[in-house]
Amino acid sequence: MTSRVGVRPVLLVVGVCALLALLCLASLAFGASGLSFGQAMGGLLGSPQSRQVENVVWSVRVPRTAIGLIAGAALGLSGNLMQALTRNPLADPGLLGVSSGASFAIVLSIAVLGLRTLYGYIWFAFAGALVASVLVYLLGRLGRAGLTPVKLALAGVAVTSLLSSITSAFVLTDPDALDRFRFWSAGSLASADGDLAARILPFVAAGAVLAMAAAPALNSLALGEDVAASLGRRLGLVRLQSVVAVMLLTGGAVAVIGPVVFVGLVVPHLARILTQSAGIGPDHRWLMPLSAALAPCLLLAADIVGRLVAEPLEIQAGVLVAFVGGPVFLALVRRRRLAEL
Amino acid sequence: MSLHTEPRIPHFRLAVPPVSGVLRPRTVAVSAVLAVLAFLVLSWDVTVGDYPIGLTDVMRALAGAGDPGTLVVVRELRLPRAVVALLVGVAFGVSGALLQTMTRNPLASPDMIGLTQGAGTAVTASIVLGWGGGPLGIQGVGLAGAALTALVVYVLAWRRGTTGYRIILVGIGVSWICTSATDYLVARGGRFQAQEALGWLVGDLNGRDWSAAVPLAAAMTVLLPVALLLGRLMRTLQLGDEVATGVGTRVQSVRLALLAAAVGLVAFGTAAAGPIAFVALAAPQIAQRLAGAAWPPLVASGLTGAVVVLFADVVARTLIAGVELPVGVVTGVLGAPVLIWLLARAYRADSEG
Repeated sequence: MTSRVGVRPVLLVVGVCALLALLCLASLAFGASGLSFGQAMGGLLGSPQSRQVENVVWSVRVPRTAIGLIAGAALGLSGNLMQALTRNPLADPGLLGVSSGASFAIVLSIAVLGLRTLYGYIWFAFAGALVASVLVYLLGRLGRAGLTPVKLALAGVAVTSLLSSITSAFVLTDPDALDRFRFWSAGSLASADGDLAARILPFVAAGAVLAMAAAPALNSLALGEDVAASLGRRLGLVRLQSVVAVMLLTGGAVAVIGPVVFVGLVVPHLARILTQSAGIGPDHRWLMPLSAALAPCLLLAADIVGRLVAEPLEIQAGVLVAFVGGPVFLALVRRRRLAEL
Repeated sequence: MSLHTEPRIPHFRLAVPPVSGVLRPRTVAVSAVLAVLAFLVLSWDVTVGDYPIGLTDVMRALAGAGDPGTLVVVRELRLPRAVVALLVGVAFGVSGALLQTMTRNPLASPDMIGLTQGAGTAVTASIVLGWGGGPLGIQGVGLAGAALTALVVYVLAWRRGTTGYRIILVGIGVSWICTSATDYLVARGGRFQAQEALGWLVGDLNGRDWSAAVPLAAAMTVLLPVALLLGRLMRTLQLGDEVATGVGTRVQSVRLALLAAAVGLVAFGTAAAGPIAFVALAAPQIAQRLAGAAWPPLVASGLTGAVVVLFADVVARTLIAGVELPVGVVTGVLGAPVLIWLLARAYRADSEG
């Protein structure tokens, strides 16, 4: 990166940061309680406001926005990492069953062990994410032709449907669990409280550091496993590092906002398009931070729209993301030729 | 493409116009054994319940003899459920066999390409938003959902013709969208609606009576013969689109007709009992191995499906005393090893997707 950095990359960074800041402000300003923008900003900046305004802003909207930022960044990084590691444009923590592994483990820990707190079950979320991602990866590698996108996607569907049928069995026999589970499983930021954001932050931060550190090795891996190995990359180490990062990022995000599909799929593609147009090319040292910044934009935008369109009800962010992300997935499938997949 | 040269398998030609075909003794024998097995498991399924009835009494009651009390319990309460299980199993098995042969991919089943998810979204919507009452209403809604999803998948996979692999990937994308919509509807609905919807989404036979069995049986009397007739044309598709066109098969219209038959079967089955996981995926593969054939034989696939669903129903009701698990949970768990095994050996170098 010592070579010249032109104007366009700078513009890109500034633009993405501005967009993210704008969405954060919008997420703080809009919502069901109908504060004016001025009131919300006043409450945020500490100018004298009614007790109620301060309460809404600080105990509802700030945590919600923070969760959107953290979980979004986690899903974006995790998606980019998985796409790079599997060299598969269709990889996503939701599509490949990692999220359902985490949510299965969480439901299990709640239903069987009676755990109620995030610190109680987040370890189960990590374990579930780890087991599911390794399982899907191994399943996708089985057979003679190695890892192909179709096999990987099918393995993800298979693991997801297996885990979700067992999850349903637990949830169906316990009406109270069902009541909590159904909101969480649609992928919502609404249940966020202040503590939650602070608690998952260390895990997500650790995952993000690992992901960033893997970027140069993933650049070599993009040239093929043999080339990467002959460039001196230790493939086993890179894989281990990436899988641990995926586990921390996905497990952390799922524990808080539920299994959200398609964020990790769409965002890396968007990041690649942007780096291309900025003249940088698909360099993971750029793609990782870009994904981490763009994914919260998508999640926050979906959350804001979901709060506003169906007032007084809310549409969960995960549902809206799927309605945006699904068509992107379909477009990718239609555009790519078999050889390119 | 490496052509698989099979050892000579004994067979004889059936050539009585307008029907002609090849019958293999092993396939016929396997089908006969499966039919007997299906009847036995059905009888076993009928014996299970709060009021235990012996197997011989069940057999006698099925034949119309025995004391009136047993007769009523068997005919009005237990038999409808078992018959629904049987019919759903046959529908899923045949539908899976059609789709797997059509896409040349053993992993393409209605669960995988979004048909059951589409039906699930439609039924959840009808439960939560209060459209359509009664079992016929639910059946109709499920049918419409599956048919619409199939149409969407087919249209989106169309680009100067369709290929098997593109249908699968498009189906996966569509099924995820449907799943999200279902999640939203479940979260939006009331507590009891959510429970009803989720129960249906897992695949459940509890409380099925004749009103669920009759429409399913009626639909299958139409669709099964269509499926069996199409089965002949389907085999050329397995050679690849170019070869199939070369030997005179109208690839796209056959594929569309096959898709329609498979969708109809899976939609009526799903409407009656919910999407029972993995049956449509596993049954044809088991039947294919049993018959030693190069493709899933339709009749044997249907019968295997019936045996699997009936057996899973018995397990679901007897595994934990006093608790009736949804049958879909049992098939989901039983199906996982089958699936892993399939993934392990499904992909030959030439059928790579």
